[in-house]
Amino acid sequence: MRRDLITVVLLLAGTACGGAGSGTSARAGSTVPATFERYDAGAVAGGPGAGTRYAFGRQPSDSLLGAWDTDVGKNGAELPPGKGSVAQGATLYAASCASCHGLGGVGGISPNPALVGRDSSAEGFRFADDPKLVKTIGNYWPYATTIFDYVKRAMPHANPGSLTNDEVYALTAYLLSANGIVPDSATLDAAALREVKMPYRDRFVPDERKGGAEVK
Amino acid sequence: MNPSRVPVGQVTGSSRAPLGDLTGTITPSDLHFERHHAGVPALDASTHRLLIHGLVERPTEFSVEEIRRLPQVTRTYFIECSGNGRAPFKDPKPNLTAQAVAGMTSNTEWTGVPLATLFREVGVKDEAQWFLAEGADACRMTRSVPVAKGWEDAMIVWAQNGEPLRPAQGYPLRLLLPGWEGNISMKWLRRLELGTEPWMTRWETSVYTDPLLGGKARQFSFVQDAKSIITSPSHPDVINARGWRPISGLAWSGRGRIARVEVSTDGGTTWHDAELSGTPQPKAHVRFQYMWKWEGEEATLLSRATDETGYVQPTRSQLIAVRGAGTDYHFNAIAGWRVQRDGAVFYHGTT
Repeated sequence: MRRDLITVVLLLAGTACGGAGSGTSARAGSTVPATFERYDAGAVAGGPGAGTRYAFGRQPSDSLLGAWDTDVGKNGAELPPGKGSVAQGATLYAASCASCHGLGGVGGISPNPALVGRDSSAEGFRFADDPKLVKTIGNYWPYATTIFDYVKRAMPHANPGSLTNDEVYALTAYLLSANGIVPDSATLDAAALREVKMPYRDRFVPDERKGGAEVK
Repeated sequence: MNPSRVPVGQVTGSSRAPLGDLTGTITPSDLHFERHHAGVPALDASTHRLLIHGLVERPTEFSVEEIRRLPQVTRTYFIECSGNGRAPFKDPKPNLTAQAVAGMTSNTEWTGVPLATLFREVGVKDEAQWFLAEGADACRMTRSVPVAKGWEDAMIVWAQNGEPLRPAQGYPLRLLLPGWEGNISMKWLRRLELGTEPWMTRWETSVYTDPLLGGKARQFSFVQDAKSIITSPSHPDVINARGWRPISGLAWSGRGRIARVEVSTDGGTTWHDAELSGTPQPKAHVRFQYMWKWEGEEATLLSRATDETGYVQPTRSQLIAVRGAGTDYHFNAIAGWRVQRDGAVFYHGTT
């Protein structure tokens, strides 16, 4: 870390000297536009020319892409092979998740969120009316694929990324079952998870604030 | 075990900039507010990489040194957490300080490269509409960003206020999306993936969405609207001398420049133009001051910002009327301080 800090200082110093030596520092402020849409890094003073790339970097290896490109989007197109049942997920949850999120997912030690709950008072997506209502996967989350993506990348908190795909499918199945979205007998794989529709998906609306006089 | 996946320190929670103790507009680097969802990772800049892939002509892996070798730009922008002001909105208790009320905003001179430069290097395809930004923290945090913002004014920064990024601010690389809610300016940035639709990550669905009246929730509510806060005097100050003093504070807008700040000393019955210190910069803090002669009377001090779009900072009652008392995020209500006859200063948030 210390060697790297020294490298940074040397790089910054070297750049500053280069700028002054080429006599462009006085104009530097005026060459940076308000937005970068037309900013051309190749065209800056002393640069290789307009429209010219610096061509740094290298093509990523398949192994890097495979290890890093694990995100699962809303349609679940990227979901990996594997499967898991509600019952398997319940066992895993008790062993790896309940210590933070509480038995049955109803909430544990703050700030770890409640995951489970279909309390009738919180149904209907009336969160703006009542500040006391607690958001859960079942009464708020718009996409079931988000559960898979986040559990796979981030859980359990003390050892993130350690769960197998089968285990993540099982935990997803358990959390959806506990929230009344899939039956207790369910087993989820990629195809089954893609078919799950969350009850309040259609309640999310785009941001229509746009400045000006109106408060929205 | 990979040290970047071991959350260190207090892994979740927040620390706020002590606005009541600061002057000028730059937040000292070590006093920049912090909000972590999975700790601060220990990253080595000599091995850290930024991968850009998806809908691009040339998927590319950059070292940190290579990004530092591209032409640099330096800009001053605020970052504000969209949760800033939640506690005073929900429960405007009199003993709140300026740090507690608004300390999750900070203003920094950032140095880095325009994201547009990297977009040109990799050849972002026309059909790309959104990109995913991923951090190298323990939870591999992800947010979806419209590509248009990437071309407009987004930066990849590696320095703040003339020194390398602090670890808590994303060392060695941070995505900076000026004027937008802080969570999306991804710290510890390691990957950008170009695609056609938002990914619907945990953070942009279950967390950073704003419940609205009528059983709705606003999603992708990126922009931090105009806001201001008087930082002096503020609780727990006690004014011990009558006579002239400045009422001083900060104003900012995620939509551009602050055009006007007004101050009231009578709880909002009358308003007076405050002086803006220097030329307001887009999406950056500007300091304002209004000279006030205190004669020992009870007074309620408020500030109200207007930005260059004509948007006027609303009252708390206005926000509740249009969004509901249970709404969340983007709390920019007018607020201020009640000065007692004995000079004690207390928070006043019920505007």
